[in-house]
Amino acid sequence: MSVIVAKNLTKRFGQFVAVDNISFEIEKGEIFGFLGANGAGKTTAMRMLCGLSLPSAGKGTVAGFDIEKQSEEVKAHIGYMSQKFAMYEDLKVWENLRLYAGIYGVPHKEIMPKIDQLLENLGFTSKKNTMVSALPLGWKQKLSFSAAIFHQPEIVFLDEPTGGVDPSTRRRFWELIYQAAEQGITVFVTTHYMDEAEYCNRVSIMVDGKIEVKSFYQAESMDQVFQKLARKAKRNSD
Amino acid sequence: MNPIIVSDVYKKYGKVQALEGVSFEVEKGEIFGIIGPDGAGKTTLFRILTTLLIPDSGEALIDGHHVVNHYKTIRNMVGYMPGRFSLYQDLSVEENLKVFATIFDTTIQENYHLIKDIYQQLEPFKTRRAGALSGGMKQKLALCCALIHKPAILFLDEPTTGVDPVSRKEFWEMLKKLRDQGITILVSTPYMDEASMCDRIALIQGGNFLKIETPTNIREQFKKILWSVQSSRMFPLLKDLRKYHIVKTSFAFGDTHHVTIDQSGEDYVSDQLTMDYLRRYLEDKGHTEIMIQPIKATIEDCFMELSH
Amino acid sequence: MIFTQKEFYHIIRDRWTMMMLVALPVLMIILFGFGITTEIKNSQFAILDLSRDVATQGIVNRLEASDYFTLEGYVTNTSQIESVFREGKIGLLVIFGQDFYEQLVRTGEAQIQLIADGTDPNTASTLVSYATSIIRGYQQELTASDQQGVPYQILPEVKLLYNPTMEGAYNTVPGVIGMILILICAMMTSVSITKEKEMGTMEVILVSPMPPLLIILSKVIPYFTISIINLTTVLLLSVFALNVPIVGSLWLLVFISLVYIIVSLALGLLISSVVEKQLVALLISAMGLILPIVMLSGLMFPVENMPIALQVVAQFIPAKWYIVAVKNVMIKGLGFSSILKEFMVLSGMGLIILTISLKKFKIRLE
Repeated sequence: MSVIVAKNLTKRFGQFVAVDNISFEIEKGEIFGFLGANGAGKTTAMRMLCGLSLPSAGKGTVAGFDIEKQSEEVKAHIGYMSQKFAMYEDLKVWENLRLYAGIYGVPHKEIMPKIDQLLENLGFTSKKNTMVSALPLGWKQKLSFSAAIFHQPEIVFLDEPTGGVDPSTRRRFWELIYQAAEQGITVFVTTHYMDEAEYCNRVSIMVDGKIEVKSFYQAESMDQVFQKLARKAKRNSD
Repeated sequence: MNPIIVSDVYKKYGKVQALEGVSFEVEKGEIFGIIGPDGAGKTTLFRILTTLLIPDSGEALIDGHHVVNHYKTIRNMVGYMPGRFSLYQDLSVEENLKVFATIFDTTIQENYHLIKDIYQQLEPFKTRRAGALSGGMKQKLALCCALIHKPAILFLDEPTTGVDPVSRKEFWEMLKKLRDQGITILVSTPYMDEASMCDRIALIQGGNFLKIETPTNIREQFKKILWSVQSSRMFPLLKDLRKYHIVKTSFAFGDTHHVTIDQSGEDYVSDQLTMDYLRRYLEDKGHTEIMIQPIKATIEDCFMELSH
Repeated sequence: MIFTQKEFYHIIRDRWTMMMLVALPVLMIILFGFGITTEIKNSQFAILDLSRDVATQGIVNRLEASDYFTLEGYVTNTSQIESVFREGKIGLLVIFGQDFYEQLVRTGEAQIQLIADGTDPNTASTLVSYATSIIRGYQQELTASDQQGVPYQILPEVKLLYNPTMEGAYNTVPGVIGMILILICAMMTSVSITKEKEMGTMEVILVSPMPPLLIILSKVIPYFTISIINLTTVLLLSVFALNVPIVGSLWLLVFISLVYIIVSLALGLLISSVVEKQLVALLISAMGLILPIVMLSGLMFPVENMPIALQVVAQFIPAKWYIVAVKNVMIKGLGFSSILKEFMVLSGMGLIILTISLKKFKIRLE
């Protein structure tokens, strides 16, 4: 079953075609890497899939809902994590989680037991009452990922999730992602870092608003593929 | 005398110990990379060396000049490109360059030969405002600005962060050209894969240098047995590997897992036998399409090994 | 110099900064000056005439004949004065003492009392000046008709009820100038410097061999220029649109304004040397400078009526001194000797703040 289907999705801003007729399908439980250089149109494409922006042409369904007509349902069935908006620094760990749970309509009675369960799984129980601002970057990242999948969405969108953390932290983070995928959550990762791409089951590369390659990841260095493609790019600005 | 000499530098912000006794020397005409994650102390080190911060203790000399006492002399001879590309977003490409040339009391024409290669790529956009440039172009412009006064030493703090891979690669090519012209370059990056571009690197974490070496030597000195393991189901594979008693560490590395083997245990016989045992163990666990092969350590493997 | 030019680019290219710098002063003057009514017609007045002779009748007729005044009625004794005003029907009361004409003829001099409602000091002063000029006209006529050519003098004695010191609307012009200048100089300077700190460009500039003094100067010059332009606009507006004349010397006014501009720029520098973030700089200048200026400088409430503690605080506000000086020069038309004290205080403040901020300007990041 495909949980994300994009068919000839296009987004124009005036004369400028940010996303140019892209089509792809993503299976349940897949980790899908959505790659592209700055300004290739990644963010615009992802916004359309999240129901934040209407396509100028083409169709898309996410978790079975039409991104154009049922954007509210789409939002209820997805999780979203960006590096910029991770967690409220001035709230405690559990308060942040409760907030997310509340936003996504997790039933009131289930929230606290679930938070305890989650913190235990992460080994964070002792940090339940810690202010998020006092946590190291890697922990914040794990926490905000956990918050994004707290309401057990069918799909989680990760926007450039792991820039700049140390190698061991990054691995632990990816293990969380693998775990989520094992549980059947589809993971959609946008990134422009090649080494990140190698963790994905399947990748697509966006160049100048078009999707150039979508294939199972193969032994050929991701970096080389990307270099080859991006050199053809004409679009320069963000 | 080496252009950069740092001995036992400490720096603390409030309770956070940003640098804990860092010492190293950079030779003339060398690309020296400081490699480590965010918050490791890279930026603090750069700011001390560019005279913007005073170390709590320890000494640093830039071309023989003391970073605290002779800060004015140093400011005349170094080029600095801070982490976020420090450009005036509302000025055009050309205006930015002019402003920086003026600040450093020179003109674009005077040192045009230094930036020519880089600036030519920017020339078609010279009237565009810096804020409207792509990450890669901003980075090139910032480098031009740092080079405009013909510095003898160039400090580049995370110049490739947030820049697409193509621009990153081109950027390193430029650095090599500059090095060949005799400019000493100290550069920091959080990306382990960029380590190989440097002549020598220092791995930094938590304010400490883990190691200073050439990239090749660091990889050579990785003494453990390292295998890459693949199967059809990668996440259960990771769990199963960790349960296996002679597997010391197991980490996801993109599409494979990197596994180090405990050689000291009595269950270790020889590489080949142990590998067969592991394969059989995994088959018993229900894995298919198993691939195990010995590999050479990457800088990331070394970093993780050293930081443990 | 290009560094200064760059600063101008920053200003011109940001629509909001530009708007703020150009439109705000105009807007403020118009808003604050709105209360200033420049022309008055058919204002009600009353007479308390204890003489009832030819001269008093002549003056009353003349007042009544003018477009400005309409006679409300006569008051018969002094005890009624308060109550007529309290009823709010009249804006002006003219009092003739006993034997007005006799005194005028005998001594060549007579006194006339003009009492105006000071709650609207602007109208009051306009009424008084209209009345005075009508009385003066009558006096000239009288002198001309006298065969012996004895010069008669009718001396008007002006009294304001409720607001004897005439605090109010005329103050808005000096007050607004004081506020605009501090807004542009202090706020914009501090914001533009902290912006460079935030963007990271300050780091690069600090690492350059450019001397700190030059960095400061090139940051300050554009705002200095703009504040002079603003000073000009505001003065032009107040003279031509609001009819608030510059009675005293224009050059003296400009001179004291320059001193005040320097104080404000120094304040901006001081703020930016302690603060790292644009937002904080903005808040400090808004809360720390503009609010006290509005509240304590006499712009809205006369300083004399404030509690002692606030009066003491008010002494430390540059705008308070500046506003007094502008009032003296612009409204009252006094000379330099009258603002010597204000000049000294402002220069002293400027010197102190400038020294501190130059000392505090960091050549490093800590």
